[in-house]
Amino acid sequence: MLTVRIIPCLDVKGGRVVKGVNFVDLRDAGDPVEQAKIYDSAGADELCFLDITASHENRDTFYDVVARTAEQCFMPVTVGGGVRTVEDIRKLLLAGADKVSINTAAVTRPEFVREAAEKFGSQCIVVAVDPKSVSAGKYEIFTHGGRTATGIDALEWVELMGAYGAGEILLTSMDRDGTRDGYDISLTRAVADRVNIPVIASGGVGTLDHMVDGVREGHATAVLAASIFHFGGYSVGEAKAYLAAAGLPVRPVEPASSEAA
Amino acid sequence: MNIVIIDYGSGNLRSAANAFERAALELGLTSKISVTSSPEDVASADRIVLPGVGAFADCKAGLEAVPDLVDALTDVVITKARPFLGICVGMQLMADKGHEHVETSGFGWISGAVTALSPSQDAGPGGAGPRIPHMGWNRLNMNHAHPVLDGLGEDPFFYFVHSYHLACENEQQLHATVNYGQAVTAAVGRDNMFGTQFHPEKSQSLGLKLITNFLQWSP
Repeated sequence: MLTVRIIPCLDVKGGRVVKGVNFVDLRDAGDPVEQAKIYDSAGADELCFLDITASHENRDTFYDVVARTAEQCFMPVTVGGGVRTVEDIRKLLLAGADKVSINTAAVTRPEFVREAAEKFGSQCIVVAVDPKSVSAGKYEIFTHGGRTATGIDALEWVELMGAYGAGEILLTSMDRDGTRDGYDISLTRAVADRVNIPVIASGGVGTLDHMVDGVREGHATAVLAASIFHFGGYSVGEAKAYLAAAGLPVRPVEPASSEAA
Repeated sequence: MNIVIIDYGSGNLRSAANAFERAALELGLTSKISVTSSPEDVASADRIVLPGVGAFADCKAGLEAVPDLVDALTDVVITKARPFLGICVGMQLMADKGHEHVETSGFGWISGAVTALSPSQDAGPGGAGPRIPHMGWNRLNMNHAHPVLDGLGEDPFFYFVHSYHLACENEQQLHATVNYGQAVTAAVGRDNMFGTQFHPEKSQSLGLKLITNFLQWSP
């Protein structure tokens, strides 16, 4: 049986982790690769790196982060942030990313998603969507971290992205992101029930119950979280045990691939 | 040992090369791992790995676009009987034919065709219905013991991402399946050839274990 994926997300700026696990035994807590190895050994099912570098000038640093992670962690890695062209995707895949997440560039030109899926295959194209509630039961797609309205209905948008070849939707509620109040369940469920591709719930997780709700009530196939693991005092192993106790299928924690040698 | 990972323009092979290098290192093997499209390299390899992502027809066309590559592969796998591992679409190419978008012939090494997954309604982990691609970690159900699948423990979970699978017609060639609202082919093999629908190079320590098994396999 397919298991629920638990995906820690690391924000990277100028090649350094902005928010990450603060472990004293880390040689360099700001090194994304050190953080990735910790999550590898903790039994994370996948990793997500988000490049939040404002300019494109430091882009090479990010490619280097992805490449060094792929050399040491033998697990799926999704990367996103500032992906605008086919060439951006090619560079990230060549650096060792398994999946690339597209956000603003899809809104700017939806055909970009179709072209990317045709060129690289749907299996590596994730479309990140950031909806915000605008009226009862109605959600609109926002860009630029929730600041820019697009006028696009979220449910129509995810359906279109699925039809254009997106292999997965990374859904972040702009109303809940950073609140620790839990995923927006009605949004998650509406999106998950609208498409037949996997949906990753993101934005707002503060307790392990929120993860259970995201899957059971929200119908998400995977849960992404940042601060609950970085600062929230929960480990991936604890999250898995909690989900398992709630009757959800999870993969047992295995020894780390990065420490196998 | 001369290990060749065949590069025919199907995605990034660095992850696969990294994983094979790590596995060889753990075994203390003095091995050379090449990522190559050269028919000469393939023909002289001791072990051959065929990865593949994307569509069946595109992968087949990519292989055929390299002059003499398919002939070299057939020679080393069939005539010289060197150990072969196909991964994902590389495994699907072992079939008689594929039905992704258009009908395309495969190598004809494993009986069956590559067909679209059609999971039943209760397939998703949240009970939200089947989703395609089948993406994530799933547990192997072993059908026949095989040296490449040896020692994977009680919970052999591996990472999958695919929308089609090899509907194997010969039960003897079907080594493992996973359940995703239907029995999905996870591993096939016969003689000196083996194939996995899942990605051992992305399946953490158990994936490395499988790769070390393949490197030690004497069919």
